[in-house]
Amino acid sequence: MKRETKRTGVFTRRALIVMGGQVTVLGVLGAKLYQVQIAEGARYATMADENRISARLIAPPRGRILDRFGQVVAGNRLNWRALLIAEQTDDVNGTLDALSRIVPLPDHERARIDREVKRHRRFIPVMVREFLTWDDMARIEVNAPDLPGIMVDVGTTRIYPYSDRLAHVVGYVAPPNDNDVTEDPMLSLPGIRVGRAGVEKYHDLDLRGRAGAVQLEVNAVGRVIRELDRQEGTQGKDIGLSIDADLQQAVLNRLGDESASAVVLDCRNGEVLAMASNPSFDPSLFNSGVSQAQWVEWTSNRRAPLINKSTAGVYAPGSTFKMAVALAGLESRSITPFDRINCPGYLDLGDTRFHCWSRYGHGSLDLRGGLKNSCDVFFYEVARRTGIDRIAAMSHRLGLGTELDIDIPGARTGLIPTREWRIGKGHYWNIGDTIVSGIGQGYIQVTPLQLATYCARLATGRVVQPHLTRTIGGVLQPGSNPEDWPQLGLPERMLHSVREGMWAVVNEQGGTAPLARLADPHVQLAGKTGSAQVRRVSRELRESGKFDSSKLPWEFRPHALFVAFAPYDAPRYALSVVVEHGNAGAGAAAPIARDIMADVLTRDPANRAEPPGAKVADRGIRGG
Amino acid sequence: MSDRRLIRETSFDLTGKLFRVSWLYVLLLCALAGVGYAALYSAAGGSPEPYATRHVMRFSFGLVLMLGIALVDIRFIARLAWPAYAASLALLVLVARMGHVGKGAQRWIELGGIQLQPSEMMKVALVLALASWFHRASWERMGNPLFLIPPIIAVLAPVGLILKEPNLGTAVITAMVGAVMFFGAGVRWWKFVLVAAPVPFAAKIGYGYLHDYQKARIDTFLNPESDPLGAGYNIIQSKIALGSGGMWGKGYLQGTQGHLNFLPEKQTDFIFTMIGEEFGLVGGLAVMGLLALIVLGGMLIALRCRNQFGRLVALGISFNFFMYVFVNIAMVMGAIPVGGVPLPLVSHGGSAMITVMIGFGLLMSAYVHRDVEFEDRRDAV
Repeated sequence: MKRETKRTGVFTRRALIVMGGQVTVLGVLGAKLYQVQIAEGARYATMADENRISARLIAPPRGRILDRFGQVVAGNRLNWRALLIAEQTDDVNGTLDALSRIVPLPDHERARIDREVKRHRRFIPVMVREFLTWDDMARIEVNAPDLPGIMVDVGTTRIYPYSDRLAHVVGYVAPPNDNDVTEDPMLSLPGIRVGRAGVEKYHDLDLRGRAGAVQLEVNAVGRVIRELDRQEGTQGKDIGLSIDADLQQAVLNRLGDESASAVVLDCRNGEVLAMASNPSFDPSLFNSGVSQAQWVEWTSNRRAPLINKSTAGVYAPGSTFKMAVALAGLESRSITPFDRINCPGYLDLGDTRFHCWSRYGHGSLDLRGGLKNSCDVFFYEVARRTGIDRIAAMSHRLGLGTELDIDIPGARTGLIPTREWRIGKGHYWNIGDTIVSGIGQGYIQVTPLQLATYCARLATGRVVQPHLTRTIGGVLQPGSNPEDWPQLGLPERMLHSVREGMWAVVNEQGGTAPLARLADPHVQLAGKTGSAQVRRVSRELRESGKFDSSKLPWEFRPHALFVAFAPYDAPRYALSVVVEHGNAGAGAAAPIARDIMADVLTRDPANRAEPPGAKVADRGIRGG
Repeated sequence: MSDRRLIRETSFDLTGKLFRVSWLYVLLLCALAGVGYAALYSAAGGSPEPYATRHVMRFSFGLVLMLGIALVDIRFIARLAWPAYAASLALLVLVARMGHVGKGAQRWIELGGIQLQPSEMMKVALVLALASWFHRASWERMGNPLFLIPPIIAVLAPVGLILKEPNLGTAVITAMVGAVMFFGAGVRWWKFVLVAAPVPFAAKIGYGYLHDYQKARIDTFLNPESDPLGAGYNIIQSKIALGSGGMWGKGYLQGTQGHLNFLPEKQTDFIFTMIGEEFGLVGGLAVMGLLALIVLGGMLIALRCRNQFGRLVALGISFNFFMYVFVNIAMVMGAIPVGGVPLPLVSHGGSAMITVMIGFGLLMSAYVHRDVEFEDRRDAV
């Protein structure tokens, strides 16, 4: 019994110790509760408010893109769409099956929806189908009880009234990728689009606007309980382009089926009035993602419909380059307008013979004659006397092979070779390279936009930069006045002798481009043809006399080029036409250039006053 | 005490036993369950469905079960101690092999439509087994280290299995309950020190074997704000809810955090947070007071028992309850890592309620039979 008593005693003592420990622990917990609820209570209470008030962004409508007369070339249209909120249905697949009995859901769409449902939290709506018709919507609403989790709402979608006619200029929008989203949280909203090409990309930030915010009371899974406050965002700004959309249509129509580019500039201020690249594509296809088949078709097409040939296509300028060579020669005084050079049909340099395009030669020519006949030997000799570096410097001044301030992303620079460039590549510069550069062949590469700019600078003597943006949010941007642009710094007489040569090419008996002559004798066009070889022609073949480039397979035929400005006596418009594999500039490009220029002069978009009233009337007359 | 009295008291009838039940203690339990009803009513957004009604039904069932067990002779229970332990251990092994995977852990087992959590049953069975073991131990045998080896194994085997499930919280609670049983039985202080000293080192090594989600719990416990939307979310949200309650709370059914679903698992593990948000510090302390009364009441029962088995059972059961309370409340206040431990009789959940009420039944049985004399070393083997 004594042992029992001892055991009891120990237990009692230790039980009391345990009880003491328990009371202490509970006391500490009580103190901790005091600390959390009272001492730090204010801090946590603030956090509680943040917790249930959540700011949501509302996407403003994207700014429109307008042509110079205010016609919408990229706008917004209401877009009825079906969204799926995964947390509101027990069976996502069942719901989608039921929905696909109402509106068809192709397999690749189902796969995309599955992916997005898995990626997002379950309360975030996932786009199931866009562009619902009224009938589809009615049928979805009627069947709503069988479609748990499906919600119909309205967003906006981008529309391009001119579709493929302006695709390369306006560009297109596409769903943002992950990189975009980190940069602007607004882009995580469903259905939002970012500019991916053209003006849509260049002015993306202005067009996008700033997101509005709405303060919502939400629960922890993000479901909205009620709206507390709303702040409207700023709408995206409208961008006014210098493009004349109707002229653009006409230009593209004139290009027909050719794989070609045509650029029309207001040569006094560099405004781009038309920039056509053929063939083109439908920009709205990018809106909801391009199908694999469509993409393969575009990228495998050798006429490259996705590439804006006007800014991203590079071609040897051929004989259109001769004005630059001439000016380089004139400025460096290696020739004068009156120096005569004899053309026997070839130029021998060491043991290499460079041929003129005319086998029999042009005889003795001055500068005007050299341009008029597009004599190769004449410009071989000018180039030889002037040297490549001076030619390159002059070309850059005139806008060739140099970066232009065009507001379209992805424009290429082209190339005018220099000694330094060649040596940098680990080669020597051969005098022969200078000779072929004299006729715009060899390493020289330029874009059609550069050619048009070059022509505009020749015509006006001002360093105009081609540009598309006239207004942002209705505010006129600098650059629409000729005085905004500096002088080229070349004496007027030098420019004049070159322009005179260009006039002779078209308007004088024996010029190389009689087809470019305008029907109205009071308005004269000055221009220059060019052909750019895409494959070297061997001497034997050329001398055999059997060579006929028009019999070559399409992709080996030379490109046909033409640059022009008009009217000759008071230059207003400059243009370049490049017909890929069109064979000869005089035959393929010159007539197109003539018709386009005639059309431009008739429309005279640069001179049209555009007060609001007159604008409407104009549109009526033109049937727009 | 006289022999006459002993005989009378060992042979009392059913009515006599009912009179010996501590109805005050039963009332405390009912009050706690009532707090649970009110909190679950609020957790459901002011509705008895889906939690509160079922809570009351479970508690009623548990209460009947508890009183039934309370009337069972403690000496009979003592005989069932080791069979119950063996059965629980077998279930633990079973759950390790084919358990239902819930929340990333194998903890549940289905037996005839009832979901069981063998680790919960194990704790009760372990209390019984250890009480039985130490009951028959004379004071002299307690001093023999070899005598302590079987009960140590009896503790470590289930602890290891529960760790493997993996359920860190329950494993720690089980080990603590076992340790307190050893303590109450009179194992010397220095022996505890000897066992406890290597624990920090073992913990460091053991950390490497933990599951990622357990490591994450420990890591986010150390710095919950490091991952506010991930693993630390529960703790931060719970503290926000508690803190926004202030002194008097936002009022019943007025808690914004809970009702807006910021509070995770508000009807189970985080029910105390809801109470703290709606009733403030005052309400939280009141509930803690009630819990303390139940814990200390259990300890008083242990002190009142005149047989070692009853004492140790009452000690083990009330300490187990205390550990539940401590882990749960410390967890929702962010004082210890989140452990998935409910607040007994308040949280929503069937299996835990039943095992807790079985435990209280044993506790009450110890109280009802507080004066019975064991025929030493025959009954308690």
